[in-house]
Amino acid sequence: MARYDRAITVFSPDGHLFQVEYALEAVRKGNAAVGVRGTDTIVLGVEKKSTVKLQDSRSVRKIVSLDDHIALACAGLKADARVLINKARIECQSHRLTVEDPVTVEYITRYIAGLQQKYTQSGGVRPFGLSTLIVGFDPYTGVPSLYQTDPSGTFSAWKANATGRNSNSMREFLEKNYKETSGQETIKLAIRALLEVVESGGKNIEVAVMTKEGLRQLEEAEIDAIVAEIETEKAAAEAAKKGPAKET
Amino acid sequence: MECVFGMVGKRFALVVADTSAVNSILVHKSNEDKIMVLDSHKLMGASGEAGDRAQFTEYVQKNVALYHFRNGIPLTTKAAANFMRGELATALRKNPYMVNIVLAGYEKETGPSLYFIDYIATLHKVEKAAFGYGSYFSLAMMDRHYHPDMTVEEAIKLAEQCIEEIRSRLVVAPQNFVIKIVDKDGAREHSWRRTTKD
Repeated sequence: MARYDRAITVFSPDGHLFQVEYALEAVRKGNAAVGVRGTDTIVLGVEKKSTVKLQDSRSVRKIVSLDDHIALACAGLKADARVLINKARIECQSHRLTVEDPVTVEYITRYIAGLQQKYTQSGGVRPFGLSTLIVGFDPYTGVPSLYQTDPSGTFSAWKANATGRNSNSMREFLEKNYKETSGQETIKLAIRALLEVVESGGKNIEVAVMTKEGLRQLEEAEIDAIVAEIETEKAAAEAAKKGPAKET
Repeated sequence: MECVFGMVGKRFALVVADTSAVNSILVHKSNEDKIMVLDSHKLMGASGEAGDRAQFTEYVQKNVALYHFRNGIPLTTKAAANFMRGELATALRKNPYMVNIVLAGYEKETGPSLYFIDYIATLHKVEKAAFGYGSYFSLAMMDRHYHPDMTVEEAIKLAEQCIEEIRSRLVVAPQNFVIKIVDKDGAREHSWRRTTKD
């Protein structure tokens, strides 16, 4: 097997592209990221590692704007992310210049996925070690979308998804608890999913909300307030479960 | 025959442009907007070859937007002016853009500013600027009546005087003019001065 992961262009006998799979491993080691689509809101949440005390956290923005109506969060190699994000931003403006229209979410996702695929079929290069969650509103229909891409270059649309560390647990939680939500409920659902795998607290989570008006990064205080709300709801649910049992 | 001029007032800047699109003796339309809103606090009045004007101004607008997304803060007016001058200079000895630009911008830190950028990449930071045959009249008018720290009313009155002068003294004067203003609340259209409806 060791002979089939040297140059990316080589398939293994059983049809694997090992470099791509190793890239997915890198993604699995990256920070947790979650995206939830509501009817009028789409929420992105990313885990923030709080171990670095001297670092100025404002310089590490994990959820970025690609255009006025598109935002991206990712899990994996952050340096690779910078390159992809830069290219995507240029493409957003280039599209506006050539056709005088903003990009649709699907277009820019296809573009980013296309870039990721190109690097799985070229000589001497390695794939990008990251999966992205791309959110936005269609500039004409106003329909919200959430897309995910991965190092192999595949992409698809989702109602809610997670990537990075413990993404399976988050996805399971979302599968069990997803329902059509809007506004604050969507934000709560995204944070609840993230809290399944992340230490609770505003300084461990970065949350951004995309509405028709644009992207809004939530303040730490706001996140703390919502987390507190979620904890009280959880406690109330626990108490309700135990309550009736005691009476009998 | 295209007239573009601008001036700096007290905490605002004004750009005025004619709105005619002309091909030899035919007027295609008289409501062509030649003052592009570059970003929230910048105005760019452009005159010259119509194709080059559209191409260059749109290119600059998209690059200004890209800078904003990449760096999280907008370009200063000075930086945008220098970027434009650089692009014009690079293209000059290969494939020049025949576009003259009056760039007006407002920053909280430095206040309003006005830049004169001509097609051979001259860049000047000025208080008042004008391009085209109309400049013979509007510059003279502004030289006589302009003073620093004018109010919006005074500046609009001066702009009207310039437009009147152009209308009465230029043999093929443009029919309509648009006035745009940029101040702390952003760049926006102020008003029109029409002689024909289009």
